[in-house]
Amino acid sequence: MMKIEWKNLLTAMLLLAGISGGIVQAADPIKIGAFLTVTGPASFLGDPELKTLQLYIAEINAQGGVKGRPLELIHYDTGGNAKDAVNFVKRLIKNDNVDLIIGGATSGDTLAVIPDIEKEGIPFISLAGAVDIVEPVKKWVFKTPHTDRMAVAKIFEDLRQRGLTRVALITGDGGFDKSGRAQVLALAPQYGITLVADEAYGNKDTDMTAQLTKIRATDAQAILNFGFGQAPALVTKNIKQLGITLPLYHSHGVASQTFIDLAGPAAEGVRLPASALVVAEQLPDTDPQKPVLLAYKKQYEAQYGPVSTFGGHAYDGVMMAVAAIQRAGGTDKAQVRAEIEKTQGFIGTAGVFNMTPEDHMGLNLDAFKMVEIRNGGWKIIQ
Amino acid sequence: MPEQIFQFLVTGITVGSLYALVGLGFALIYNASDVVNFAQGEFVMLGAMSAIALLNAGLPLPLAALVATLATIGVGLLLERFAIEPAAGAPVVATIIITIGAAIFLRGVALLLWGKDFHSLPAFSGDAPLHLGSATLLPQSLWVLGGAVLLVTLVHAFLNHTLLGKALLACSFNRAAAQLVGINVRVMLRLAYGLSAGLGAIAGILIAPITFSSYEAGIMLGLKGFSAAIVGGIGNPMGAVAGGLLLGVLEALGAGLISSGYKDAIAFLFVLMVLFFEPTGLFGHKAAERV
Repeated sequence: MMKIEWKNLLTAMLLLAGISGGIVQAADPIKIGAFLTVTGPASFLGDPELKTLQLYIAEINAQGGVKGRPLELIHYDTGGNAKDAVNFVKRLIKNDNVDLIIGGATSGDTLAVIPDIEKEGIPFISLAGAVDIVEPVKKWVFKTPHTDRMAVAKIFEDLRQRGLTRVALITGDGGFDKSGRAQVLALAPQYGITLVADEAYGNKDTDMTAQLTKIRATDAQAILNFGFGQAPALVTKNIKQLGITLPLYHSHGVASQTFIDLAGPAAEGVRLPASALVVAEQLPDTDPQKPVLLAYKKQYEAQYGPVSTFGGHAYDGVMMAVAAIQRAGGTDKAQVRAEIEKTQGFIGTAGVFNMTPEDHMGLNLDAFKMVEIRNGGWKIIQ
Repeated sequence: MPEQIFQFLVTGITVGSLYALVGLGFALIYNASDVVNFAQGEFVMLGAMSAIALLNAGLPLPLAALVATLATIGVGLLLERFAIEPAAGAPVVATIIITIGAAIFLRGVALLLWGKDFHSLPAFSGDAPLHLGSATLLPQSLWVLGGAVLLVTLVHAFLNHTLLGKALLACSFNRAAAQLVGINVRVMLRLAYGLSAGLGAIAGILIAPITFSSYEAGIMLGLKGFSAAIVGGIGNPMGAVAGGLLLGVLEALGAGLISSGYKDAIAFLFVLMVLFFEPTGLFGHKAAERV
């Protein structure tokens, strides 16, 4: 019995080797590795990102690939577990021999893999928000989304314009929330903002009225909620329930139609910094981003339904990578890295990217639009 | 300060009644079979999600709620018939593991059916908050509280004043003896799963306008409901209700008066203390009864 099984196994292995060998010889693809949290609590990040990668890689291949070579996407789902992310990145580098990595939907996943990326020396475009990813600059690490520090700065600028200085802060217990909270605490003095409350909730909590009752008793002039998922929608509803009428600010983490649907009428008047993607139609026709945004939106929505800004980050990542590979004329890792760093005037969904050796994100504060929710939709207010 | 404490109490009771409703389902199945059904939270999720789906499909809310509840009862019965019954005679631990597997399976099915987004049900009687002195609460909270009181009363009456209910309780005390006096233990088990699923579904539909729902909403609700059930003494439906309310109030007071960051820690510390000093829960059967 055993003998026969071994024989079968051997034949199967030889067959497999033959098949994969054949593919390599025939096409010699450019291998793009991805690790995203397609399942788990942060799946609303990874899911549209993976779909976007698949969509555009298929399209580029349909147009003949890059320099005559097709792109091949090798993807692993981290489920939002940073430990798995590290293992998958090791596998991408050592077993799958990818040429470039795009991924790390959450800051936790991205920060965990940076040591391996730096050690192995492979170009890596992160799709996560935290400012720590590119500050200080790491040689091989780039990112496409806005940082939480930019979001906080944008909110504080708006507060300053309205002459509001006393702010009550309420945040969740996730990595995004905590990182955002740290930025709020760090930037507040620069903008002359006094934090009169600093409350917390669990991201799976179903009621935040206790924390908001405490905030109601302070002399706050505005409330700032830094979080994502369903919790900010609950905060918004609870604020309404308690009869609090202070201006409410959220982070860019809730810039999706789902938030408006969940919070319902309570969301009216909420302000938040958002990527231009959510207000693409409202941009003036002179805006260079407008055609890019509308094209991405059209293509994505034709296949999957409403776009999210997160999928846009993956679009920026893959298009920037392809452009760099094209300029480098191949997949030599050092050259591709150098070319990504030289990206200038690249128009993505998040803004216009200008990378430098000192700035591996390349976006400035204009990339964020301050929007207000009016009549169940977004409205640019500046 | 006093008006703040009043708001904390109102918040606590609202959240607590939600935990109580979930805890009640745990208690019923435990009563019939000594098994902690870790798919109870999934019943809650299934009730809420299928009601939302039916409502979006155009059914009026009362009908959607009814159909969703019946569908969830169906799922409960199927679970019992095809996952629990084949393992009859297996150790309790094995059955508990089966329920964990069932929970993961149900989450997966919900994920495929409804995606990963959060969904919301419109509130039954509007979103305008009610004022209770200085505290406010949503009309939906009254639905939850009222639903909890009604279901608890019904379950209590069923268990203590009907032959069927007493037969169910008899199974919990001694299954072999119950069988000897002519109680069909198998039917009782099905009854318990069906009832628990129905209770879970109703709870899910009542709370969905407040908490939203998603394919994995059952995990957190299941955990809190389970905590409620063990604080109250698992197997005692009234204890589960008391445990749920106690947990909710503790969480709200902890968040309001001590620190919102330690809210869950305070609640779980309380659970640990209860288990340490009263291992059978605050209102549980004393272990001696089983000898």
